Amino acid sequence: MGNITLKQITKSFGDVQVIPPLDLEINEGEFVVFVGPSGCGKSTLMRLIAGLEDVTSGSIEIDGRNATETSPAKRGLAMVFQSYALYPHMSVRKNIAFPLRMAGMSKEEQNAKVEAAASVLNLTDYLERRPGQLSGGQRQRVAIGRAIVREPAAFLFDEPLSNLDAALRVGMRMEISELHKKLATTMIYVTHDQVEAMTMADKIVVLQAGNIEQVGGPLELYHRPRNTFVAGFIGSPKMNLFSGEEATKLGGDTVGIRPEHLNVSTESGMWKGRVGVSEHLGSDTFLHVHDTGLTDLITVRVSGEMAVHHGDTIYLSPDMDKLHRFGADGLRLA
Amino acid sequence: MARAVTQKRKLIATLAAWTIGMAIFFPILWTIITSFKTEAEAIADPPSLFWFDWTLENYNVVNERSNYPLHFMNSVIISLGSTLLGLIIAVPAAWSMAFVPGKRTKDVLMWMLSTKMLPPVGVLIPIYLISRDLGVLDSRLALVVILTLINLPIIVWMLYTYFKEIPGEILEAARMDGATLKSEILYVLTPMAVPGIASTVLLNIILAWNEAFWTLNLTAAKSAPLTAFIASYSSPEGLFYAKLSAASTMAIAPILIMGWFSQKQLVRGLTFGAVK
Repeated sequence: MGNITLKQITKSFGDVQVIPPLDLEINEGEFVVFVGPSGCGKSTLMRLIAGLEDVTSGSIEIDGRNATETSPAKRGLAMVFQSYALYPHMSVRKNIAFPLRMAGMSKEEQNAKVEAAASVLNLTDYLERRPGQLSGGQRQRVAIGRAIVREPAAFLFDEPLSNLDAALRVGMRMEISELHKKLATTMIYVTHDQVEAMTMADKIVVLQAGNIEQVGGPLELYHRPRNTFVAGFIGSPKMNLFSGEEATKLGGDTVGIRPEHLNVSTESGMWKGRVGVSEHLGSDTFLHVHDTGLTDLITVRVSGEMAVHHGDTIYLSPDMDKLHRFGADGLRLA
Repeated sequence: MARAVTQKRKLIATLAAWTIGMAIFFPILWTIITSFKTEAEAIADPPSLFWFDWTLENYNVVNERSNYPLHFMNSVIISLGSTLLGLIIAVPAAWSMAFVPGKRTKDVLMWMLSTKMLPPVGVLIPIYLISRDLGVLDSRLALVVILTLINLPIIVWMLYTYFKEIPGEILEAARMDGATLKSEILYVLTPMAVPGIASTVLLNIILAWNEAFWTLNLTAAKSAPLTAFIASYSSPEGLFYAKLSAASTMAIAPILIMGWFSQKQLVRGLTFGAVK
């Protein structure tokens, strides 16, 4: 259970087409992340799958059945919203039981399921509280609990971690990954944070302006980005992309090299540059290098111990087998 | 030094507030006091504020002459009935305008509000004739319907404002959780909007209770509410101030008491959305 197929779906709001014809196959048990910059249509795509928006054309199949016209409740999907969307007037118990109550389940069955979900999510002590009396992380868990009890064909997460602080976010990221391993249910996860995408996904769908730029595993996207957009979007800090004479020399219209694939020397190298800002993270240092003749700014990752100062002249050489070459159309060459 | 200034300011503000409050309340107080005077004292010049022979005679006379319980019940039925009917119509209307707005939703809202700008007397003749032809003159049911229609724009507007404050994601969550439209409105939207609905209900009861134009023009004896009961004591010669005051006091007392106990709800409701 949990196979979702999108066939030539489009979505327009008035005259504006936000999703051009799009095909996507999501397999059973996969953790799929939709990632892209704000306004790329990733949330809209999820809402189309959820049934909260109607597709303009095309069809959505869930487990082989055409669900294009099916109401959200009948699609067998559960959604966790960015704002958690808990019912503020109900206790945690009632919140989690709400979908069961709507399904007409008996009180005893409801309670059994709620308590099972609560123990998985460490919410047992909070069942009688209202959402207003919980912390952000706990609210998030209630929202997940409400999704779990339905035993859905797939979970949909709409930027669920963006309202949490950094430390909590890392923790919840683990918990959600853990949950996916435990339940082995299809999960679709929307985020603009490529770190979340890289760490959690089995399969990443990179979107831009409603178009799917690339679908693939995290490392596949990292090692073989299909075009310059994916190259620039996946990876942190961003890949250095440059075009012009130097690029042509290296065999592409645009050439990319990741900050971690540049070697730094104070004596000699392929390109000469001047160090601007350096960001010391302890384990790593990111150097912003200017005046290389490639582009305004080249980012380089060096080890945390390297002593480089503002204004120093340094030499950079790429790992030749880690270069990414793109054609004039932005697509990867070879 | 600074403290002294704030103390002084506080005193002035308090005094000003009480002065304005008393100025607004004074006519009501005067009505209540007059209701305990004899007719002669009521028109005496200069009038006396407290030092006169307090009497309950006016209340006895009013009770003998008019059927207060009947008018009271009419008022209760008309105001509660029109509020309830209005709510049944307005909740779904406000829901659809707040959560599934169309291209013309704003226009519909403005149009509804614009009906309140029309002087009621402009439609008196048609409504009177229609009521007469339908044979519903002097009927409580007709008044309930008419007052519902009169106050509906205000109910819809108020509910719309409250509903707008409720995050749409919560309703979408309910939809995902398998709630039908009915259960979504019943179990999620309405409980969350209770404070707003309560103040809407209170305000509407007060408006309907005090509504005089239609109740005076479309009723005779059978279904006349308290407004008509007061009016029956206002004679052009103006010689029955004390009795008129007694009737007024009896008519406004119930709504005044209700308003007193629910003032917190009302103030919150009326200022809701103004300060966020």
